[in-house]
Amino acid sequence: MAQVTYIEAINQAMTEEMERDQRVFVLGEDVGKRGGVFRATDGLYDKFGKERVIDAPLAESAITGVGIGAAMYGMHPIAEIQFADFILPAVNQIISEAAKMRYRSNGDWSCPITVRAPFGGGIHGALYHSQSIESVFANQPGLKIVIPSNPKDAKGLLKSAIRDEDPVLFFEHKKAYRLLKEELPEEEVLTPIGKANQVLQGDDITVITYGLMVHYAKEAAKELSEEKGVSVNLIDLRTVYPLDQESIIEAANHTGKVLLITEDNKEGSIIGEVSAIIAEHCLFELDAPIKRLAGPDVPSMPYASTLEKAFMVNQDKIKDAMLELALF
Amino acid sequence: MPIETITMPQLGESVTEGTISQWLVESGDQVSKYAPLVEVMTDKVNAEVPSTFEGKVTKQLVEPGETVAVGSPLCEIETDKSTMKSAPEKSEPVQEELASTESMADRYSPAVMRLANEHQVDLKQVKGTGLGGRITRKDIKQYINKPKNEPIPEQTSVPTKEERSKEAPQQVEAPNPILNNQDLEIPVTGIRKSIANNMVRATTEIPHAWMMIEVDVTNLVKYRDDEKDLFREREGYNLSYFAFFLNAVAKALKKFPELNSSWAGDKIIQHKDINLSIAVGNETELFVPVIQNVDEKSIKGIAKEVHTLAQKAKHGTLTQKDMEGGTFTVNNTGTFGSVQSMGVINYPQAAILQVESIVKKPVIIDDMIAQRDMVNLCLSLDHRILDGVICGRFMSHVKDILENISGDTTPIY
Repeated sequence: MAQVTYIEAINQAMTEEMERDQRVFVLGEDVGKRGGVFRATDGLYDKFGKERVIDAPLAESAITGVGIGAAMYGMHPIAEIQFADFILPAVNQIISEAAKMRYRSNGDWSCPITVRAPFGGGIHGALYHSQSIESVFANQPGLKIVIPSNPKDAKGLLKSAIRDEDPVLFFEHKKAYRLLKEELPEEEVLTPIGKANQVLQGDDITVITYGLMVHYAKEAAKELSEEKGVSVNLIDLRTVYPLDQESIIEAANHTGKVLLITEDNKEGSIIGEVSAIIAEHCLFELDAPIKRLAGPDVPSMPYASTLEKAFMVNQDKIKDAMLELALF
Repeated sequence: MPIETITMPQLGESVTEGTISQWLVESGDQVSKYAPLVEVMTDKVNAEVPSTFEGKVTKQLVEPGETVAVGSPLCEIETDKSTMKSAPEKSEPVQEELASTESMADRYSPAVMRLANEHQVDLKQVKGTGLGGRITRKDIKQYINKPKNEPIPEQTSVPTKEERSKEAPQQVEAPNPILNNQDLEIPVTGIRKSIANNMVRATTEIPHAWMMIEVDVTNLVKYRDDEKDLFREREGYNLSYFAFFLNAVAKALKKFPELNSSWAGDKIIQHKDINLSIAVGNETELFVPVIQNVDEKSIKGIAKEVHTLAQKAKHGTLTQKDMEGGTFTVNNTGTFGSVQSMGVINYPQAAILQVESIVKKPVIIDDMIAQRDMVNLCLSLDHRILDGVICGRFMSHVKDILENISGDTTPIY
């Protein structure tokens, strides 16, 4: 069977959902004729027409605003923000409107919108094309934030997000788009939102992360297993808000040594919350201080390759951190 | 002139690889800086890769149609000027110094404290394998799961430096003798420790069996006595008996390759090369350097190697390479007067042969008493690999060779 890239998996998910449900439509900058700047919506315009694949003006607040309105009316829109870095003008719509719709209307209204946005660095994209933006939204009850780490999950989670009756922010890692490929199952998979995934089973250390870092952590774990015999229990959060507390606690208890990884700036990031959950529930199982590996607290991903490399968490840095924890 | 490499550039933000469409230059072409070199196709764009140097294209490293990752080399260019090299990337030093941080043996994590409480474990009895001797959760769990009063084996998935360097996994329970004031405590380290570990492993794992034969080496003694002074004069070192014994053993191993083998768990490996480990010792240490392919060497060649290895052992200049590849061990116990001994097999070999002292004895030959030079050869064998019959035949063959040694059968050169 053919290898499917992460971005092709996303394209497949949208195509299949649009075929299945007339209420699903796409809107965003360049998503129509151009097929998206990354080609995520390639072919959708020809297949479903301009009524269901809408080229929007360069106005993120309008893209999400229109999407939210349509969603309240019963549609299941997929709003694409060209880069997650540009989502900030839409924060008001997402946080104050979409996230709070059910609460504000006492359950009368819901807002089944999916906002897709490519995020993440390591692709020489500098300030406006490299940010991790998930922590901005990660304390807004009513919102769900999903970040897939591989093609299979990208497809399964996006389909679940589109069908979800509440707003979902769906962040796709730009570097993963064409880097990660795998064969996809023939049957339809609806990956559950809110559930973490155990990627590797191991006894020495627990590593919890999400997004592209899962791929790096997996490769680093393989190397460490071969070179030093360290066995890693690797958890992919998949949904970073709200967190799958049960899986986090179980995984932390399993080894008592926990490494948390994000490529976002360290302070105030998703893994800080993961760390708090572990500290609250697992004290008497902990065998080492909870360790965090993240980007430095500087304003942006640098453009210069050398500095970008210094900023980005990568396989080598992960391997070093894993070994250090294993030896503790 | 410096050679520079042109690599596949990042041609878009999500692009990780590109396919070569066609070369725009050929090997040998002179190119200027920024001149297009090759056309590349990606999912997002088609682009020309420009030269970042001025110079001559010397080698094209990829073919049209090939898909290569960003950063892979595309071609090499010989430049006219030497260019500034960027400093090599410094990889950060990791880990090694970690192991030597201050003692953590008395710092307990919450998990270790809880487990110690629940199971009433005296933490002083638990051996820590973590950083600075810290007791890890795994250590205490292992301790709890062991039957009482049994020392926990040093076993962790993260081997420490020391553990990696030593071969044997067994940890012997240390006896605790009472010390008098004048007694001397000698720490077991380095070679002594590895000898100890190897011996424990060999004697606990290998089911040893023994046999001994007596060989009449009168001919050998005479032959060697006739030749030794001239040899000494000519070569500058001794013509030792040991060289003749090694020669005989190598010949016999050629005939009985069963003894030239190793135990490998689910299989026995029979070695083609006959590399003899020889035991060389001084007052405090024992080494087993190896003479390679003994069956291909003359008596002189063997004597020379024995001499060289003995010198190296004496001066402490034996290298790891000198010790590698042994397939069978011959031990010259006779040099210190022994007439009978039980050797411990050099793990994972199949057997070890001890050459004892040559002693003049009255022997009865054809109902007459004669004075003969006799020697005992003692064999220890791994009974998993070998049985008595084959070893008996091997020993008889060695005896046969030795008793028939003369200038005709065994020339020195």
